Amino acid sequence: MFWGVLEQLALGFLVTLELFAITLVLALPIGLLIAFCMMSKFRPLRWVFKVIVWVVRGTPLMLQLFIVCYGPALFGLTAMRDSFLAACIAFVINYACYFAVIYKGGIESISKGQYEAGQVLGMTRTQIFSRIVLLQVIRRILAPMSNEVITLVKDTSLANTLGGIVEIIAAAKAVTGTYALPLIYPLLGAGVFFLLFIGALTLLFGFLEKKLSYFKV
Amino acid sequence: MAFLEVCGYRKKFGENEVLKGISFSLEKGEVLAIIGSSGGGKTTLLRCLNFLEIPDEGELRLGGETLFDAAEKLRLSDTRIREKRLHFGLVFQQFNLFPQYTVFRNITLAQTLLAKQELARKKREFAAARKGAPKERRKELKAEQKKILAEIRDTQKERIAQKTDELLARVGLSEKRNAYPYELSGGQQQRVAIARALALSPDILCFDEPTSALDPELTGEVLKVIKGLKSSDSTMIVVTHEMEFAKNVADHVIFIADGRIEEEGTPEEVFGNPKSEKTQAFLRKSLEEPF
Repeated sequence: MFWGVLEQLALGFLVTLELFAITLVLALPIGLLIAFCMMSKFRPLRWVFKVIVWVVRGTPLMLQLFIVCYGPALFGLTAMRDSFLAACIAFVINYACYFAVIYKGGIESISKGQYEAGQVLGMTRTQIFSRIVLLQVIRRILAPMSNEVITLVKDTSLANTLGGIVEIIAAAKAVTGTYALPLIYPLLGAGVFFLLFIGALTLLFGFLEKKLSYFKV
Repeated sequence: MAFLEVCGYRKKFGENEVLKGISFSLEKGEVLAIIGSSGGGKTTLLRCLNFLEIPDEGELRLGGETLFDAAEKLRLSDTRIREKRLHFGLVFQQFNLFPQYTVFRNITLAQTLLAKQELARKKREFAAARKGAPKERRKELKAEQKKILAEIRDTQKERIAQKTDELLARVGLSEKRNAYPYELSGGQQQRVAIARALALSPDILCFDEPTSALDPELTGEVLKVIKGLKSSDSTMIVVTHEMEFAKNVADHVIFIADGRIEEEGTPEEVFGNPKSEKTQAFLRKSLEEPF
């Protein structure tokens, strides 16, 4: 029975990981684009994205999940059939906005002198950002980013409210039916999965921080 | 005609007019010291020369050619500004070294990027040449071109490394080649910054209070390096509070007060026999022993 439960939990955790990985891979670059838009010299663009970030950060992620899934009904369409896709969209938008705010803070914390040093050396704006600013920003935002990434791992369990997404918490609930097991045991098992994975992420971030501590900003 | 001619530079920030018509000229190989109290517009003038700010009015001629004319109402493109900037170098008060790179890489970075652009241009030229060639020749041509490009790349790399080592020797930091900026003292950082500015061989090298952020015991080494750069083909503009330095090193001194040139001349004239009352007051204040 133990191995059967473990197998079900592991399958659920794969779904959790899938949602986590997709969100991270897409939200990291999209967040940077949103950060650029929020800092744009063109005022309307800046404002549009500031409002978007306000709305996304100002409403619960669970509500956003429902809106993405059932929102099409507003336009006379049926709800999204693929609830995993809906969850991915909601998570990417939500996390991209949080990442954007972190990026923005990091980019703004780099002294003007670094840009000007690049400028007087004849570098282009792209070169200044990619060769001079970016690595310093990454170093500065690593700690807040690790917070956000760890939160994302745990937030993925919100996806099971949409139904049809058997991530690890949903899997734990399902497994009690199969084996007539008190709910608490598989849930504790799910907790161990989270702990181990987040432990690994913590080590990874510690490693990155160490790797980037060869210089001081 | 002088090497550098600045005519009627004006710059306003909002309602605050910082430069109220600055004109001066400078010969090749001369050192110009700009003195004056804080807030007088010295730094803004340097920033305008380096196109970190664009003057509202005025004209700049370098080597007889008009480099900038505010009367041309065209908005300058990024590329155009970048080309203009390369005529000038700037050493900042706060050094502004790139913290993630070694001393060597700090100095080579800009050159390497420029070399890469040059290589990319050559590559495009070659590609066009291939298109024009007869079909059976193309493969052969491509191999030849590849060899040429590799050669160019190697010479570029060698040239940059050699030049950088020379510059490091010149500022006395050869043994710090692979150190990171945080491992250096302020004076050493500023010397690296000087080498970095020199690496692009600017026509005119500007210094914005290069020793103001340094401990007093470190100013000497930086001033010595700047003094050592003085030669017939290096033209320099130094904004400074070090009156002794201005007196001993500059060929020409300008005193700026309230956005205008209040007095200018040789160090003997400005320091020995100032005509304007403002200059006299300023010099009295800067030269008197505070305690």
